[in-house]
Amino acid sequence: MRELKILAVVVFFALLTYYGVEPYAHSVMHKDVEGYNFTYDGTADIQEATEALEEAQASGRNVAKAQARLEVKKAFWSEVDKIAKIPGNVANGQAVFGTCLACHNGAGVNMGGVIPPNLDHAGALYDKRYLIAVIKDPAMASNVDHKYENTMMHPMGSVTAMVSDPQQIADVVAYMLAKKAGDVTPKAAYEEACARCHAMRYSKITQLGETPSFTDEKDELAYKIKVLQEQELVEAYMGKLPPDLSMIIRARSTHFLETFVENPQSQLEGTSMPRVGLSQAGYDKVHEYLTEIGDPSKKHREALGPWVIGFFVIFSILAYLWKKHHWRDLH
Amino acid sequence: MSSRRDFMGMALGGFTALGGIAALYAMKRSWDPLPSVAAAGFTTVDLSVAKENVLNVQKWRGKPIFILKKTSDMQADDRDVVVGRARYHVSIGLCTHLGCIPAYLPAEKLFRCACHGGEFDTSGRETFGPPPSPLVIPPFKIDGNKIVLGEEGPEYLKMKEAGLTA
Amino acid sequence: MAHFDENAKPFSNRWLDDRLAINTVKKVLSTEYWIPKNINFLWAMGMVLAATFGLLVVSGIFLLMYYKPDINMAFDSVNYTIMTEVGYGWLWRHIHGVAASLVFLIIYIHMLTGIYYSSYKRGREMIWLSGMLLFIAFSAEAFSGYMLPWGQMSYWAGMVITNLFEAGSLELTGLVEWIRGDYVPGDAFLLRFFTLHVLLIPLVIMGLIVFHFATLRIPHVNNQDGEDIDFDEAARLYKEGNKKESKVIPFNPVFLSKDVFVLGIYFILFFYLVFYHFDFAMDPVNFDPADGLKTPPHIYPEWYFLWSYEILRPFPKDPGLIAFGIAQIAFFLLPWIDRSPNVAPAHKRGLFFWWFWILVLDMIALTVLGKLPPEGIYNTLGTISAIIFLLLGPALILITKLEKKL
Repeated sequence: MRELKILAVVVFFALLTYYGVEPYAHSVMHKDVEGYNFTYDGTADIQEATEALEEAQASGRNVAKAQARLEVKKAFWSEVDKIAKIPGNVANGQAVFGTCLACHNGAGVNMGGVIPPNLDHAGALYDKRYLIAVIKDPAMASNVDHKYENTMMHPMGSVTAMVSDPQQIADVVAYMLAKKAGDVTPKAAYEEACARCHAMRYSKITQLGETPSFTDEKDELAYKIKVLQEQELVEAYMGKLPPDLSMIIRARSTHFLETFVENPQSQLEGTSMPRVGLSQAGYDKVHEYLTEIGDPSKKHREALGPWVIGFFVIFSILAYLWKKHHWRDLH
Repeated sequence: MSSRRDFMGMALGGFTALGGIAALYAMKRSWDPLPSVAAAGFTTVDLSVAKENVLNVQKWRGKPIFILKKTSDMQADDRDVVVGRARYHVSIGLCTHLGCIPAYLPAEKLFRCACHGGEFDTSGRETFGPPPSPLVIPPFKIDGNKIVLGEEGPEYLKMKEAGLTA
Repeated sequence: MAHFDENAKPFSNRWLDDRLAINTVKKVLSTEYWIPKNINFLWAMGMVLAATFGLLVVSGIFLLMYYKPDINMAFDSVNYTIMTEVGYGWLWRHIHGVAASLVFLIIYIHMLTGIYYSSYKRGREMIWLSGMLLFIAFSAEAFSGYMLPWGQMSYWAGMVITNLFEAGSLELTGLVEWIRGDYVPGDAFLLRFFTLHVLLIPLVIMGLIVFHFATLRIPHVNNQDGEDIDFDEAARLYKEGNKKESKVIPFNPVFLSKDVFVLGIYFILFFYLVFYHFDFAMDPVNFDPADGLKTPPHIYPEWYFLWSYEILRPFPKDPGLIAFGIAQIAFFLLPWIDRSPNVAPAHKRGLFFWWFWILVLDMIALTVLGKLPPEGIYNTLGTISAIIFLLLGPALILITKLEKKL
């Protein structure tokens, strides 16, 4: 039928345009970054260092530096690998964990740039190898070593002096995986993993945690000043205030968020954001919270959609019958 | 008779058009930037109180402006703003890499951007890291001991001509 | 004084007819407004556009109730208040966003249909011109509306587009600042575009829609074969009951019944997009709040402006602006650039057929290339496509002069 042929032509060109400006253009504009399913064994870091070395060799500048960096990375991650194979003792780990509590104590005091995150669910949120790596060398584990001449300058750098024995590291990680791994709500996951840098104003979360409600305006302003002071410290540490994440679920693609959280350098070379080391399960919790706040209409939308579309299907059938009725005598 | 009516019609039309133009003028004026907004586009900074090696950050048209009085041991540069016998570095305080705001480290006498580690010397020239070009110099005019940001004075035009502002 | 029937019941047909001539109006606008029978579903696009505009108005009114035109509040009033707090606020926003995008898809189909069937000349020039004015008004409406959520793309598109008024080497920075009401887009900028978007431009559009309908009444709608129909004769046949022989149908209810069916199909697509694929009309970049200190890596307009944006981009500054200017007015001139005496579908007009499809493909190429970063091969292709577009005008004069009378 002629009308269907015309329709096919119209649909073809509309889809061609759509394909060009959406999937195709976006595939050109955004680089595709390989993900590693939230496991941390240094593959990505070593690859980055290898590429940097190749680049240095090509330009002939800083070759020795790039070479050294690659070697350090390889050595570091193979060391992490060795520790991962040591069986940890949970009871001994508990004693070592006391060292962590000196800073990770929920007191809300900024230490060298950020408030050390709460570790109540560390075992449920973070990957085992990452936990090992971050105790062994925080700057290397977070893949921000390019910012520090030596790890001791990292806010958590002192841990390398306090907990350096491989057995101790294995013990404390075993302790966290066993005892700090209870059920975690999406909100708690966000607060522990992200909120020390990223506020979320749509759920009233700042770098100081959830904003309490005030009856006295003076108290409210005083609290606001405390938030601003904390933000100033974070800003000084990171170079700029990390963005509020209320809408991030709409502003970035799923693929971007996953690969970025897994390894920020992969999507934004040189960024000061550290890798936080979430495991797949931990990331899923955070993602759930980001969706809950950034796209709260999802449930309603998906529930209402079929009804509205169904309505117009029936509408079209009735309209077709009405049209047939009027056009019956015309041909 | 009819020509007279035409004339009267045209006179009325012309007179009405005059009123229309006057009304248009009023509308045009309503679209003008407000005096407060226009004035905010020109920031005057008194340089006589500036201290050597202390960075003064001003806000101009939504951007941070760096003003640094140079010490005598800092290298002189064609990009310097010279007022009297003092040399100043004046620039838009946004890293030319990705627009972060670099911090000034008085001890090391350089600007360092915490975002990606880019560094600039006290003349705003990039010395390390990813920035592709020096810090941008905003339009300025020297007025006695003061500098007016937003106006293009002869010193600025000379720099612009020489391609030194960006 | 006119004669009034004293016995007519208030608000009865007779009573109303005496006062408002409703029977005449009904005849003129609906039951005896004759449409050719020889048409296809593309003739329903006008009604589809009117319905989409209706949806835009209704959804817009509800968005307006919670939107705050203030640079500190706009983003959150849209993304938080409307999207999470207002009952069905998300539905109005998605309808508004999807309709704003689809309205342009339908406008382009409607325009290209007009070109394909030569419906812009020999008595139908005013239909074409009023339609082009509507296109401009819709473009202004879309651009001003895009500023309102005050995201990164709102801000930077506003910056880039208003910068065009610098007019290249003329460096009219004063004009740009006058348009913005500030040195950079700020509160004055947002509020004036808000005013235009919710009041002035919608009024202009409504006026133009009425005018566009009026321009159809005398030359009548074209038909699939460009046949010159004797409407009086055809109408007489129809009214006598010879519906099969007559070449026309009344607007109401016969033509309308087909329009409504097409509308039904269109709404299935429309609401599929609203519920499951609204993101095509909402650029992710615009979910980052506006930040004058941070330029996004890629700045591009919404898809419906890309073709003309790409005509601007590949050339140096001044020639680019001139080419851009030509692209904006080129379609207005179509009835006079086409020198052929024929009103016929493109497939009966020889070379014109090829011209038409080159135009379609070139505009699609420009649209896609306008979004891609202007580097390497994309830049070359963009330049070629832009030059082809500019050459299509003179080419049309040439081939239509050569066209033989059918």
